[in-house]
Amino acid sequence: MNGAQLVLADGETFEGIAVGCRPDDGVATGEVVFNTALAGYQEILTDPSYAGQIITFTYPHIGNYGVNERDDEARRPRCRGVIVRDLARRPSSWRATDDLDGFLKRHEVAGIAGIDTRRLTRHIRRAGAMPGAFGTADRATLLEAARADGGTDGCDLASVVTTPEPYTVGPDDAGLFVVAYDFGIKRSILDQLVGAGCQVEVVPAATSGADVLARAPDGVFLSNGPGDPAAVTAARSSVEDLLGNVPVFGICLGHQIMSLALGAQTFKLRFGHHGGNHPVQHLSTGRVEITSQNHNYAVDAATLPTGSVVTHRNLNDGDVEGVGTEHLRAFSVQYHPEAGPGPHDARYLFEEFTQLMRAS
Amino acid sequence: MPRRDDLETILLIGSGPIIIGQACEFDYSGTQACRVLREEGYRVVLVNSNPATIMTDPGFADATYIEPLDVATLARIIDKERPDALLPTLGGQTGLNLAIALHEAGVLDTYGVEMIGANVEAIRTAEDRQRFKLAMTEIGLTVPPSGIAYSIDEALRVGDELAYPVIVRPAFILGGGGTGIAHDRHELKRLAERGLAASPISEILIERSIAGWKEYELEVMRDHADNVVVICSIENLDPMGVHTGESITVAPAQTLTDVEYQLMRDAAFACIRRIGVETGGSNVQFAVNPQTGEMVIIEMNPRVSRSSALASKATGFPIAKIAAKLAVGYRLDEIRNDITRETPASFEPAIDYVVTKFPRWAFEKLPGSNPVLGTQMQSVGEVMAIGRTFCESLQKAVRSLETGRLGVNCDPAERELDALSDEELVLATAVPTPDRIFQLEAALRRFVSIERLQEVTRIDPWFLDQILQIVEERDRLGRLGLDGATRDDWRRAKRLGFSDGQLAYLWNVAEADVRARRLAAGVHVTYKTVDTCAAEFAAYTPYHYSTYEDEDEIALLTKPAVVILGSGPNRIGQGVEFDYCCVHAAFALHDAGFETVMINCNPETVSTDYDTSDRLFFEPLTNEDVLNVCERLQQVGEVLGVIVSLGGQTPLKLAHGLERSGIPVLGTTPASIDAAEDREQFNALCDRLDIPQPDGAIATNADDAVAVANAIGYPVLVRPSYVLGGRAMQIVYDDTDVRRAMAELAHTGSLGREGGLSAQRPALIDRFLEDATEVDVDAVRDRTGACLIGGVMEHIEEAGVHSGDSACAIPPPTLSAEVVRTIEQYTRALAEELAVVGLLNVQYAVKDRRVYVIEANPRASRTVPFVSKATGVPLAKVAARVMLGATLDELSTEGLLRPPAAGRHVAVKEAVLPFNRFPEVDTILGPEMRSTGEVMGIDRTFGMAFAKSQAGAGNKLPDKGTVFFSLADRDKDGGLVAARRFFGLGFSIAATAGTARLLEENGVRVDTIVAKVGEDVGVDGVDLISTGKVDLVVNTPRGRGPRTDGMHIRRAAIVHGVACVTTVAAALAAASGIEEEAQRDAEVRSLQEYHADGQLRLEV
Ligand SMILES: Nc1ncnc2c1ncn2[C@@H]1O[C@H](COP(=O)(O)OP(=O)(O)O)[C@@H](O)[C@H]1O
Ligand SMILES: Nc1ncnc2c1ncn2[C@@H]1O[C@H](COP(=O)(O)OP(=O)(O)O)[C@@H](O)[C@H]1O
Ligand SMILES: [Mg+2]
Ligand SMILES: [Mg+2]
Repeated sequence: MNGAQLVLADGETFEGIAVGCRPDDGVATGEVVFNTALAGYQEILTDPSYAGQIITFTYPHIGNYGVNERDDEARRPRCRGVIVRDLARRPSSWRATDDLDGFLKRHEVAGIAGIDTRRLTRHIRRAGAMPGAFGTADRATLLEAARADGGTDGCDLASVVTTPEPYTVGPDDAGLFVVAYDFGIKRSILDQLVGAGCQVEVVPAATSGADVLARAPDGVFLSNGPGDPAAVTAARSSVEDLLGNVPVFGICLGHQIMSLALGAQTFKLRFGHHGGNHPVQHLSTGRVEITSQNHNYAVDAATLPTGSVVTHRNLNDGDVEGVGTEHLRAFSVQYHPEAGPGPHDARYLFEEFTQLMRAS
Repeated sequence: MPRRDDLETILLIGSGPIIIGQACEFDYSGTQACRVLREEGYRVVLVNSNPATIMTDPGFADATYIEPLDVATLARIIDKERPDALLPTLGGQTGLNLAIALHEAGVLDTYGVEMIGANVEAIRTAEDRQRFKLAMTEIGLTVPPSGIAYSIDEALRVGDELAYPVIVRPAFILGGGGTGIAHDRHELKRLAERGLAASPISEILIERSIAGWKEYELEVMRDHADNVVVICSIENLDPMGVHTGESITVAPAQTLTDVEYQLMRDAAFACIRRIGVETGGSNVQFAVNPQTGEMVIIEMNPRVSRSSALASKATGFPIAKIAAKLAVGYRLDEIRNDITRETPASFEPAIDYVVTKFPRWAFEKLPGSNPVLGTQMQSVGEVMAIGRTFCESLQKAVRSLETGRLGVNCDPAERELDALSDEELVLATAVPTPDRIFQLEAALRRFVSIERLQEVTRIDPWFLDQILQIVEERDRLGRLGLDGATRDDWRRAKRLGFSDGQLAYLWNVAEADVRARRLAAGVHVTYKTVDTCAAEFAAYTPYHYSTYEDEDEIALLTKPAVVILGSGPNRIGQGVEFDYCCVHAAFALHDAGFETVMINCNPETVSTDYDTSDRLFFEPLTNEDVLNVCERLQQVGEVLGVIVSLGGQTPLKLAHGLERSGIPVLGTTPASIDAAEDREQFNALCDRLDIPQPDGAIATNADDAVAVANAIGYPVLVRPSYVLGGRAMQIVYDDTDVRRAMAELAHTGSLGREGGLSAQRPALIDRFLEDATEVDVDAVRDRTGACLIGGVMEHIEEAGVHSGDSACAIPPPTLSAEVVRTIEQYTRALAEELAVVGLLNVQYAVKDRRVYVIEANPRASRTVPFVSKATGVPLAKVAARVMLGATLDELSTEGLLRPPAAGRHVAVKEAVLPFNRFPEVDTILGPEMRSTGEVMGIDRTFGMAFAKSQAGAGNKLPDKGTVFFSLADRDKDGGLVAARRFFGLGFSIAATAGTARLLEENGVRVDTIVAKVGEDVGVDGVDLISTGKVDLVVNTPRGRGPRTDGMHIRRAAIVHGVACVTTVAAALAAASGIEEEAQRDAEVRSLQEYHADGQLRLEV
């Protein structure tokens, strides 16, 4: 049969069967992370922030409702592979246009099914996210591949997934004009910005601050994206030039880059936050938002300069989930208010961004 | 804001007796609430009429009232206890409706009682269908087109406007009571009538039917700071048109894209905010059009519900407990999650397994009922199963039901479907019944396409494809054979939930061989943990389920362990009272320093709460599944043994298998259990002790049976061997009746399902003791032979009415001291001879002061909690300790065993029957048990206690008016006595001709002579009752069969809510009750007060 194995860099091995695309060498490698969302696998698979990673779904049945064009977060998946307990063979949804296996083949994403994903998750929780390799190749080959994979530390992956050319979305008569840095931007974010009354010009990660200011935007948006924020040095200096000159709103990697630009530092979490159920408290109101999360790095609160404050905290582990600097008219959140997938509790932030722009 | 300090005393209302649509899930929620509120330092006052519940144990509240749940009684309690607040959302629909009634009666205002959790406005907006519809439209949610009606004519007008089919939905109901889908005017007329009667405010919604749409539920929680979270999403396998309580349901939702799910979540939040449930849990139901995704909202229940219990067990998030904390001021983020410890309760559980809920029905016990599922609940219980895949959880759920099925077919019972042609099979699936899932599997096995089945059932193809995977795997395994199966094959089979029993059937080998070969192939069970977070955080509560994966999460035992087997799904004959016993054992043994391990599969219960025992295994109660747990535990520490005698028949059946596999069975040995259950052995035993039994013998065919009957003399009682709850038991009066009964019992007969007749399964034929007084005794014996008589209960109805269905009293109102002494002596002798270690229940029939033993069960009985509430002696706890070697002596020095409180009060237990759900079933009581629950009345005197028990059972006795007598000839003498007393109490008397003559001859004036039903001269009983001219019906059975006069009369009484008794004994008890109620108005006293009183010396 199509028996396959998953081998982690530390030698931990799992049995399963190959699904989706079959790499010729029978090997797929990447940093193994887990996501605890119960639904929304298509959005997760197409989220560019997963570049360089292999996604483990903790919910056992994946693919139940197939896939459809409208739920893609980007033109194609950037993840290196997918690990599931059970891949649905017959999808059921009035929205479905294909099944997940077909989708994975089409986009050349390798997958492995039948895995004891709970054992894998518990292992990563204890040992931390680490590189792994899976496929039909023999264990030795897979182990070597896993060891060879560097993981995402110190990698600037934003420049890999960013758009080569600027492009614009939203109507010309929109009240506000926003320039959005594409570090791996999700469709849902653009939908929210446009929905909030903005026209958005999406620019490559390497665009300089001066270039952006030359476009005379009402505000600048810093997108989510993959990899190590500390490695995205160019973007950081561009943002330094922008802060104070124009309202800035950042999400996820954008939040980390903004914090770095403010002079704070980031650090890597043991296994990150990937899911749709994390409670985040809005410190000024005390309200709790259930949030969609996908990050491996976080901002170190202690390193935030005076003038910048922590606005949101994760109630599970106390991590910084939001930063704001009133005098610089900039704020950012670590989590995903645009959802896609996940709860809509924090969508108000897009309104706050437009208010901030109108106020200026 | 943390805890509210302005509150001191909080009143909780329970949900009363177990009825269809309201089972022990509210014992679970109420018990959790009591615990939490007391931990928080509040004084808790609890009112519930149901003595079988755990919450009504004096330990759970500061003042526990087992009193009828009506406004008058509640007002007395409020007047006495002066609570600051009332928490109405944890006692089911009963608690909710009663809270509203108290408000409307002005009681809450008079005493300044604040309603916490949900306010009146919120409850009204949610439960009043019309207001709900307007509120939802107002916030932009869609509801199916509908109109409101208060009369038949209005209903018909709405129906015609909407175009048929339409559904009738009464306001303020539970379990779909009075709902139904009408396909034409004629049907609507009938359903509207029923619906108007079902709604306490006689308001019904007539709504366009969207039967066939997908049905979903969200369990939502909100705190006073307006933080809202979804605890669990549930998808119904059976589409709209089958009540969620009647549906196979699955958590989490399986076939919704995140886009759709989030819209549903937003809608649920908008709903709970608009309705205005300030704090706590709510259940919001949606329907989705499978073609277009159009979503409509069906209803919201502004309270903890059956589904919340399910959601709590399914996710590990204790909804009731949190709801109670929110009600007293906490915010979600101020409450810790017990399971992960470091994370707060303000999150949405992530689960990494699939949960399936399967309802349990009891149609076989209700002759005449029609096993078709619809919008009204008929199920009496449910099971839940957890697996890593849907197939695994579904097959585990099926074998949890204890209906003799080993999984989704692939077992002997599947052959029943062989008779059907493919086409018949497909058509059968079109009608929702308890067998549908099996029909679907069979149809798929016959290559019927998923498309076809979807078309006729409207079940989502994803589910059908899952069942198809079971079909294909079975086919593959069948071809492999036992010898062909490799490790991979075993693993695949087990991961799809196949039981060893199914494989044994498939391969036609012994189950033991399958097990041995599987283990030899290295395929062992693994246990995973329910942790609310899909392993993202460490879990500290050992709440486990079995599956076949790589990793097992069982931790080492820290102390010697005791495994307690629960009682599985609620069913008629086995309900919450056994859960009570298991939970008490867990508490007592934990306190005694053992590590307690609970195995059960009923999501409604307290026993399946993760903090009831030290470890919880949510597993089917089958030999394979229980053995797996025990053997696994033996690998991680010392297992002292298994307690099989507290969960009713379910665990008892497993005793032998466990013993054979070397798992010690604690307490009474399986051998003694047999000695009591096995007819021959038990007769011999009684002879040895010369304890009289009714004459009897066995017969395997009609001729023998007639011979036996004539030898011992009519009437006789005919019943199959090895049955429970008086199943298929009949009283017969002559030869022809005997032949008919035997024919029914034969394989080919209507009762063939009971196993038919054979040398191994002969029919038991006993002399039926007419007009004998039945007595129940519960006793505990320890290993030294010391024996405690827990209670002697005298039944109100005579022997012949199943012990579970008849009212009974402690202490015995009429038995002579001498008879009681004899009974106690017999009981001790039986306990000794059976070498009982633990509980023993004996049933006696007393006739002409001679005591006959009917049966002895060396296990916990239905009456244990009742006895404990009546006397204050914690029998189940004592028994559990005794089974682990403690002596009664030690326990009384320790203080656990207190002397019974008696002498100053009487407690009466009354059964509650489900006839209102099954109008086509005769209500006459017999040897086959049919009650779903019970209530208790307790007071200074028998009369008052009986009156309270009747009120509690919804059979409130009148204080004046007309009593209608219709008596069987053999009841006439007793009836005369009763009639005299009612006459003396100032009631006017109505009677059927024969009865009337007798009464008049004996100087009782009869005001109305009643004609036979159907006779065109004069008014018949039914007219009289339906025109409200009768306040109490005394009708004793005459002849059998559903067409008799009596049946029409009794049904009329039920339909029109007129109190009705079917035995002379009950009539006499009613008379004394009424007499005393007239003399003084009822007083309310808490169990704690009763128990503090009149302690007697302990005789062991
Ligand atoms: N418009 C409708 N068309 C078809 N079936 C319906 C409709 N509304 C409700 N039902 C069915 O009736 C069942 C019971 O209705 P519901 O109002 O939920 O009763 P309850 O309040 O007792 O839960 C639902 O579970 C659903 O299956
Ligand atoms: N010989 C008898 N005479 C009169 N009533 C009897 C006799 N045997 C049994 N009964 C009645 O039948 C009921 C059921 O019998 P029982 O043996 O308790 O069945 P089960 O064990 O199924 O409960 C008893 O509660 C009693 O009322
Ligand atoms: Mg409902
Ligand atoms: Mg309801």
